[in-house]
Amino acid sequence: MNPFSSGTRLRDMIRAIRACKTAAEERAVVRKECADIRALINEDDPHDRHRNLAKLMFIHMLGYPTHFGQMECLKLIASPGFPEKRIGYLGLMLLLDERQEVLMLVTNSLKQDLNHSNQYVVGLALCALGNICSAEMARDLAPEVERLIQFRDPNIRKKAALCSTRIVRKVPDLAENFVNAAASLLKEKHHGVLITGVQLCYELCLINDEALEYFRKKCTEGVIKTLRDITNSAYQPEYDVAGITDPFLHIRLLRLLRVIGQGDADASDLMTDILAQVATKTESNKNAGNAVLYECVETIMAIEDTSSLRVLAINILGRFLSNRDNNIRYVALNMLMKAITFDDQAVQRHRVTVLECVKDPDASIRKRALELVTLLVNENNVTQLTKELIDYLEISDEDFKEDLSAKICFIVEKFSPEKLWYIDQMLKVLCEAGKFVKDDVWHALIVVISNASELHGYTVRALYRAVLTYSEQETLVRVAVWCIGEYGDLLVNNVGMIGSEDPITVTESDAVDVIEDAITRHNSDSTTKAMALVALLKLSSRFPSISERIKDIIVKQKGSLLLEMQQRAIEYNSIVDRHKNIRSSLVERMPVLDEATFNVRRAGSFPASASTVAKPSVSLPNGFEKPAVAPLLDLLDLDSDDILAAPSSSGADYLQDLLGVDLGSSSSQFGATQAPKAGTDLLLDILSIGTPSPAQNSISSIDLLSTADVNSNPSNALDTLSSPVPPHTATTASTGMFDLLDGLSPSPSKEATNGPAYPSIVAYESSSLKIEFTFSKPPGNPQTTNVQATFINLSPNTFTDFIFQAAVPKFLQLHLDPASSNTLPVSGNGAITQNLSVTNSQHGKKSLVMRMRIGYKLNGKDVLEEGQVSNFPCGL
Amino acid sequence: MIGCFGRRYDMLDNIHFVLLVSRQGKVRLTKWYSPYAQKERSKVIRELSGVILNRGPKLCNFVEWRGYKVVYKRYASLYFCMCIDQEDNELEVLEIIHHYVEILDRYFGSVCELDLIFNFHKAYYILDELLIAGELQESSKKTVARIISAQDQLVEVAKEEASSISNIIAQATK
Repeated sequence: MNPFSSGTRLRDMIRAIRACKTAAEERAVVRKECADIRALINEDDPHDRHRNLAKLMFIHMLGYPTHFGQMECLKLIASPGFPEKRIGYLGLMLLLDERQEVLMLVTNSLKQDLNHSNQYVVGLALCALGNICSAEMARDLAPEVERLIQFRDPNIRKKAALCSTRIVRKVPDLAENFVNAAASLLKEKHHGVLITGVQLCYELCLINDEALEYFRKKCTEGVIKTLRDITNSAYQPEYDVAGITDPFLHIRLLRLLRVIGQGDADASDLMTDILAQVATKTESNKNAGNAVLYECVETIMAIEDTSSLRVLAINILGRFLSNRDNNIRYVALNMLMKAITFDDQAVQRHRVTVLECVKDPDASIRKRALELVTLLVNENNVTQLTKELIDYLEISDEDFKEDLSAKICFIVEKFSPEKLWYIDQMLKVLCEAGKFVKDDVWHALIVVISNASELHGYTVRALYRAVLTYSEQETLVRVAVWCIGEYGDLLVNNVGMIGSEDPITVTESDAVDVIEDAITRHNSDSTTKAMALVALLKLSSRFPSISERIKDIIVKQKGSLLLEMQQRAIEYNSIVDRHKNIRSSLVERMPVLDEATFNVRRAGSFPASASTVAKPSVSLPNGFEKPAVAPLLDLLDLDSDDILAAPSSSGADYLQDLLGVDLGSSSSQFGATQAPKAGTDLLLDILSIGTPSPAQNSISSIDLLSTADVNSNPSNALDTLSSPVPPHTATTASTGMFDLLDGLSPSPSKEATNGPAYPSIVAYESSSLKIEFTFSKPPGNPQTTNVQATFINLSPNTFTDFIFQAAVPKFLQLHLDPASSNTLPVSGNGAITQNLSVTNSQHGKKSLVMRMRIGYKLNGKDVLEEGQVSNFPCGL
Repeated sequence: MIGCFGRRYDMLDNIHFVLLVSRQGKVRLTKWYSPYAQKERSKVIRELSGVILNRGPKLCNFVEWRGYKVVYKRYASLYFCMCIDQEDNELEVLEIIHHYVEILDRYFGSVCELDLIFNFHKAYYILDELLIAGELQESSKKTVARIISAQDQLVEVAKEEASSISNIIAQATK
């Protein structure tokens, strides 16, 4: 110990920290130490640096902040002595994260140390560089490292080789500089250097195709020979691991052969013998041997087709799979997933074993096995495998049920041979794991049920039975509630019995009990309650004899804490009470849900494809993005098209009563009270199962409105939309609302559905091209502007390959429709038009701005024009 | 960018990090080969020690975590963990862990947790002779031991020099 130093020794500090009984005590000790270290750092005494940094590293490991010590690392690295440098580099690697600015400061010291006369100092620098270097450092120091690959001492050569792997990972362009040096390392005898050299070659092959070609041509035979030598070598105690000579080297050589052989039949052919030898001769009773076999199998499966070898590989995997060691079984499951691509039959043979693994007590193995089983399922074995999986679902751990049920649903949906089977299996899953089932899965189930008209009776009875036992499974309850609401009459009358079914006696009151249970249960979520409320309304018409009881249940919901529930309860109560004459037509059974539309939409709900799928509905105000405009419109799932389509039908004035709520006060009232989003979704779900799209909306609205001709097709809807809603609709609507809400006084603000007109502008004009923008606002969506761009060719020649591109700042969202053509004739002979829609998230605060680039071919020459549009009219 | 085997070039390191935790969840060593911000590191450690320490004794040594695999092995009171990609050879990583443990054992003479606490920097030095950039650099335990002892020697010499100088100063200023 240095006699001049003050403060505690490292060992004492560790002891003091370990002696702490509580976390608070530990914090106090660490705080004191840190204060001392800071003070010493400020004194800048070189004697203490070494020890201070060691302490800081320990404190860092305990999870305390130590950034103030980072500069100390740099000072230690810059000092001349080896001990200081050693601890300095260690600190550098430990304490620094992505603080590039500090790292930049160390580049110079690293450069000096890479050229140091002491090889151990060079080793320290290489190690640090290999572990933490950034792309900039890699570029700066690559020449030094490259030179050190040929250093006389093997210790430096191997470090330089691994350091190079880091450099080429960070800066792939540098790969070609290292190819020759790497190739020379393959001839090394020193195992450390050979291992790192092979690693470097492997890395270069992955990064650079030319390097791969080079190694393939020059080194394939050499690598094979090295592997053969090492495989056949006599016992070498220094490298022996459980009877295998240097398994690490084995593995790296096999890995290099894998990239060389992949995609090259000749190279693959050359390595067949040695791979067969490794696959057959390697001892498989110890982990080291199995690690080599594993790598060998992977290589065999990756290189070009050598079917005899593949049989060998599959056999090894089969052996692995029946191994008692969990690690080996895990690996086998993993590899069989890859093997399935080229030999499905061979993998299918292990199906029973794999299925057993799904039930393993080890979560890691279960997960792998489940993935594999999913791949093994096909039309022939789906019923058997599904049965096994569902049986297991009943007894599996709670935390595995989510994964398991998701996979079962996936399998059932994908391979279902018939609807009855599908419904049966899904019901089983819902019973066992209903609370884990995702929304799209039970939505899909409802769509299928709706489409299977001959099974309605069977399904609703099965659901009724199930829900009595498994009432805690949320999604099961939802599906049951929906079906009982729709098909309640089939439930009580045993309509549509199918062969295998036991008849049950259900009274109307029993059916209502289930719904009442769902709506009153404290842990039902809002979606379930909302669905139950709709079901009650429907049942009030299906079961007229007990409509009084149903009404009582609905009335109770007037006191619900959820605004939506309250409002619906009041409305539904009014329907039950005062509009008996139209009730039955109002709550008629839903028409068959469109499976195709649902599937498209479901696929479209994945982010990647969302925009493309959503395109067709772009001109509907709420078809494109979730509307901020008319939350209530969505709540009732009535699109504006319905409003216009409906008036001719029987329940017309009533319909307008219902709709009046939307038209009159929706935006003002609900915009102000911040209608809860959950509420929006909630009723959305009741009525249309999912997010709005034109087709779905019209379907679900039929449900509630039961008008004969509402089934307007989307194009029709577009037409009606683009024309403003006649003002009298709004007026009648608001009076209708008074009627419905029993005198609750709303403030019907007659919303101008037709926005103000905006002047057209010339967005761009050059000597050859003119662009004009005309604007329109979709009704009720002030943030969005539809822009029609018209391109006019001012030159004497036709433009071909015309492309218009536009970009907007972040607060805007831009959507481009396809242009009317890509050939722009001379002015007077026509123009190209293209529709854009811009959504301004800062509407009212910022005005639109757009940058554009126009490319076209004029007389076969590419022309590019660019411009910025900042003269948009205000208020867009 | 996806490499031949689905590996991303920017995360190409074989071993992303090494972690030693005690049975009580105390961290004994951490080494990060892929970039993780300081906050992220403590989160990773917390998450993983939660998962690994709670696994039963007879289960396999692999845990799937955030799309990676963590290979761990328990030696006495210490868990040695290494994080690798989905496609990497788990069995080999088990061997690497064992390799490291054997070298530690030789260096400290039947190593125990206390050795690694009080000489944590030595454990790091040895790890640095075994792995660089998350890749194995030496398969011979003997070679690692030799290089470490050569460097320890250098430190000793420097220390002696320093203390002899300070003795001279001390005597001169008496």
